Amino acid sequence: MVFAAISAARAGRVLWVREAWQEELVNPVGLADFFDPACMLVAQTRNQTETLAVAEEALKDGAVPFVILEITRPLDLREGRRLQLAAKAGNTTGLCLIPEGMGSNAAETRWHCAPVFDPDDSTLMRWEIIKNKSGTLKAWHVRWNAAARRLDVVSPAGE
Amino acid sequence: MFDGMQRRVVSMWFPRLASDRVLQIRPVDGPFALTLRQTNADRLYCLNPEAERQGLHRGMSFADARAFCPDLQSRPADPLGDERFLRVLRRWATRYCPWVGLEGNDGLVLDITGAAHLFGSEAMMLADMRQRLTRAGLNNRIGLGDTRGAAWALAHFGEGRAEIGQPYAALAELPVAALRLEEKTVIALQRLGLRTIRDLEDAARAPLARRFGPDLMMRLDQALGRQPEQITPLTERPHYGVRMTLPDPVGLFDDVMAGTSRLLDQLCTKLKAQEAGARVLRLTLRRVDQEAHTVELRLAGPLRDATRILPLFERGVGEVDAGYGIDQMRLEATQVESQPMHQVSHMPSGRADQLDDLISRIGTRIGLENVQRFLPADSHIPERSFIIAAAAFSEPGGPWASARPRPLRLFPPEPVTGTGPRPPRHFRWRRMSLSTARATGPERIAPEWWLPDENWHSGIRDYWHVETLQGRRLWLFYTPQHPGWFVQGEFA
Repeated sequence: MVFAAISAARAGRVLWVREAWQEELVNPVGLADFFDPACMLVAQTRNQTETLAVAEEALKDGAVPFVILEITRPLDLREGRRLQLAAKAGNTTGLCLIPEGMGSNAAETRWHCAPVFDPDDSTLMRWEIIKNKSGTLKAWHVRWNAAARRLDVVSPAGE
Repeated sequence: MFDGMQRRVVSMWFPRLASDRVLQIRPVDGPFALTLRQTNADRLYCLNPEAERQGLHRGMSFADARAFCPDLQSRPADPLGDERFLRVLRRWATRYCPWVGLEGNDGLVLDITGAAHLFGSEAMMLADMRQRLTRAGLNNRIGLGDTRGAAWALAHFGEGRAEIGQPYAALAELPVAALRLEEKTVIALQRLGLRTIRDLEDAARAPLARRFGPDLMMRLDQALGRQPEQITPLTERPHYGVRMTLPDPVGLFDDVMAGTSRLLDQLCTKLKAQEAGARVLRLTLRRVDQEAHTVELRLAGPLRDATRILPLFERGVGEVDAGYGIDQMRLEATQVESQPMHQVSHMPSGRADQLDDLISRIGTRIGLENVQRFLPADSHIPERSFIIAAAAFSEPGGPWASARPRPLRLFPPEPVTGTGPRPPRHFRWRRMSLSTARATGPERIAPEWWLPDENWHSGIRDYWHVETLQGRRLWLFYTPQHPGWFVQGEFA
């Protein structure tokens, strides 16, 4: 979630696609620490098929440079590949928030992000890239600098 | 008025407008009446000559009318439909002159000054009107005079033509009711022995004005041309509809889109002339078997650019079943907003247009109201500190600020085990065993008493920002009035 917010902060304009029945909702007041919620649009869909269709449409169009979609069942290869091609055509970034173990093989990268307890600070996170089509895997400890609105990389050895 | 040209006014009266309209669509033989529910009883609203011959009259109760005339056929009246029909007639009447107004709810008034010679003469013009109206099945009575009052009087009481400059000669023998007076005044005048307009004109003015007020003399002067009276023509509202009939039915997607493109070009030219932009468009495709399919397109913003609208139709047109082929297409902008011309600047604004298009396109799939944006709201209650509005009908708002950290994710409160006003040291949440490492708080939020909310029945809440040893950062609250602990949000 924080990963999505921080990545979106760089993009400028964001479309968040979610299924309308889900009770969990992103809180724009909390999001304001990362970027301006006025730049965000939310598309409420009826089911995952619609979510994917809307995401593909938006990715291909390119008017919104960053599309976040929440999915509830795993993407199959065809769906993942379509999204991948759409993103390539529109020169946009798509980010899929997946429940544990539902990654698609078509994804360019996959990240695992978890907050880490730190006695001195309450923004420490561990970001690990667990799939990378064009590079190596690595993990970072990062913290969010709210005043400067940027990400600080922390050396894990320094803990 | 023009020098040396006498003003001439035609008044048309349709004595049976409502029943004529219904009978025109579905003719019946024999007595026929329209009924309207007035003061809790069905009464006759309009009836045809056969029914009148049977002794029925307007305003009679429907039950009585059926007793008098058992074979009476009836239908419910539709006064709004009649009004629309009258407006159609008004538009038709502009073929005679440009200056046409409505007269009550069953008549028209035309200022034909300087237009009569186009039809030969006044008499030929009236004959033409009469012929066309009768052919359309409308009972009509037409009066022509120098003033609106004189024309009205002749249409309702004399049916004829007053010569130029001599309204008095034509009106003198007509009853006083021809002056558009109230029923009460007419009866009072008759009691005084003033039955015709001649009687009224010959009587002394001052006592009459004292007795009946200025209205009576004003009506008399208006009819005789001593006081002016204007005719208000209705403004013609622009009509944003175009259609195309094809000699041979088409069924291929590309053909239909090509037709749509032609219609759109026409429509957009119209919109541009009025400086308007379409917000909702409806494309009606009529098939050869008379079935019609409609494709409705709702746009995220007013638009009159054919090249931008056309691709948005693709999805809707693709879903239409063409059957044996489509032979008529009709495109209408059902909702239109003003879209003034604006200066083309050197700063490209294509981004916003592109976003509007994207919203429209997503809207055709999931509904335009499901593409939303957040707007700030003035409330401390976390779930009410923002509102969700349809993106197409709102502007982005701001600023977003909160004095205290708020979670990124909100969900309905989920209970966790715990007692006492301090956060529990260990608790289970979503099948995870968590232990509190640091807790910041409390932040007390009281329910808004002016907005009753089911979820806040448990009273005030003390919110804690709890960081767990396992990593999760949660937003817990404690309800001191009904002791219990809940999780409502997650920070990361």
